[in-house]
Amino acid sequence: MSSIDVPLKALKRRTFGQTMRPDLWWITPLAVFLGLGSFVVYSTWAALQGDFYRFGPYLSPMYSPLLLTARPGWWPAFLPFSAAMLILWAPGGFRITCYYYRGAYYKAFWGDPPACAVGEPRKSYWGERKFPLILQNIHRYFFYLALVFLVLLAHDAWQALWWTHAWDPAVAAGQRIFELRVGTLVMIINPILLACYTLGCHSLRHLTGGRKDELSAGRRKAYDCVSCLNRKHMMWAWCSLLWVMFTDVYVRLCAMGVWHDWRIH
Amino acid sequence: MATAETTASAAPRPAGAAAPAAATFRIWRGQANAGSFADFNATISEGMVVLDVVHQIQATQAPDLAVRWNCKAGKCGSCSAEINGQPKLMCMTRLNTLDLTQPVTVEPMRTFPHVRDLVTDVSWNFRVKQRIAPFHPKPAGADGVWRESQADVDRPQEFRKCIECFLCQDVCHVLREHNKFAEFIGPRFLIHIAQLEMNPLDDGNRLAALKDDFNIGYCNITKCCTKVCPEGIAITDNAIIPLKERVVDEFYDPVRRLFRVFR
Repeated sequence: MSSIDVPLKALKRRTFGQTMRPDLWWITPLAVFLGLGSFVVYSTWAALQGDFYRFGPYLSPMYSPLLLTARPGWWPAFLPFSAAMLILWAPGGFRITCYYYRGAYYKAFWGDPPACAVGEPRKSYWGERKFPLILQNIHRYFFYLALVFLVLLAHDAWQALWWTHAWDPAVAAGQRIFELRVGTLVMIINPILLACYTLGCHSLRHLTGGRKDELSAGRRKAYDCVSCLNRKHMMWAWCSLLWVMFTDVYVRLCAMGVWHDWRIH
Repeated sequence: MATAETTASAAPRPAGAAAPAAATFRIWRGQANAGSFADFNATISEGMVVLDVVHQIQATQAPDLAVRWNCKAGKCGSCSAEINGQPKLMCMTRLNTLDLTQPVTVEPMRTFPHVRDLVTDVSWNFRVKQRIAPFHPKPAGADGVWRESQADVDRPQEFRKCIECFLCQDVCHVLREHNKFAEFIGPRFLIHIAQLEMNPLDDGNRLAALKDDFNIGYCNITKCCTKVCPEGIAITDNAIIPLKERVVDEFYDPVRRLFRVFR
């Protein structure tokens, strides 16, 4: 029998960014950094505006549900008030604790690792075992909130179909008329994309069937449906994120009079 | 004995195919952590994989080049290495997927102790497996027969495709960069636990060990393990995240804990 008579050690660890990979490994983390970074900057700016979030029956998803329009007495004086600040923490928390986004921003913002088989900037590592990242385990509760938001945004899309023609003397005051506009389609696509993202959530997959070893026929169908959406979770995460931003931009520019909201039907 | 070069040149080449080309392979040579890259020129013909080139070099230029291999069919998991910095099986990496105008680097898996040239000591993995509670069957039915539906078996069956090449362990940054060998078991054994935990006939509970001894919380879902798996197992989505969710059920979900108190 042969034996190894020298003490064995792994090859020397590589330093930050060192790799033998000749491909453009930094493209994906850079794109994620720019994509998520741009969204955070834009949504913060849009949330702080407190204006131009309504146009006709359209309500920007960053302000929905519209709980308060004026600063309440209990609001801290040092904090600028905006209706968006009352609600954005919930969908924000859902995305921050999402399994896909976690993997993506650990790489893009923290270099943990920058990409697969690429050297890291730090030697210390705690993972999601300790505070604060152990709080990622709260994801399922943000998912429950996200379901509520899904219903509210679907309601907003329905509302976007009904217009009051205040300028038209033939239409009685308060009467709402069905009208399909480009903005309506934008408002309808928004909850559809959000549903594809939310209903493919790993926590929902666990709830529908992942927690069981034996599944009934009905449960299996639900599990298979969620798994089907879950397979493209990354795609839905990005599409829904960008569409939320675009919907806010659309409503904002229509409200500011920059864009004309074309009527289709 | 026919060399790899002559074997390759004896193979019929389809009409119109390009003539055999040469390429440079930069292979790690050395022993027990000391070593450097050495360049070898190889003759390339259609259909070759990296392991063919390594055998050609072994046969014609460096007979003492150490390499571990066995089936040459992507089923034994022996010829794991890092090709152009990416953990891959040498026998499943076709040369037409590589840029041969540049030197192709071939190194041993960097996560495990280096033995010689392309060979590493992966025995840590076998010791880890011994720490995991094995399959423990539920009591059989009244007729003494265990029954399970095929649909329920399909889910853990995916994990049985694992060939233990340990490429996922190699690329996992928790082991590779942070040396958590004493605390973390790595993706290979997380799917092993998933296979046991999801088995409808198993009544073992490994969730406490998963949280405290095997530290599943170290995984930060980079999905690198899934990307390198030669069997295409959805390690992160189908094994690690479902296990994380089961650990949340057991230890972190306050409502579920409350339910358990009153049940």
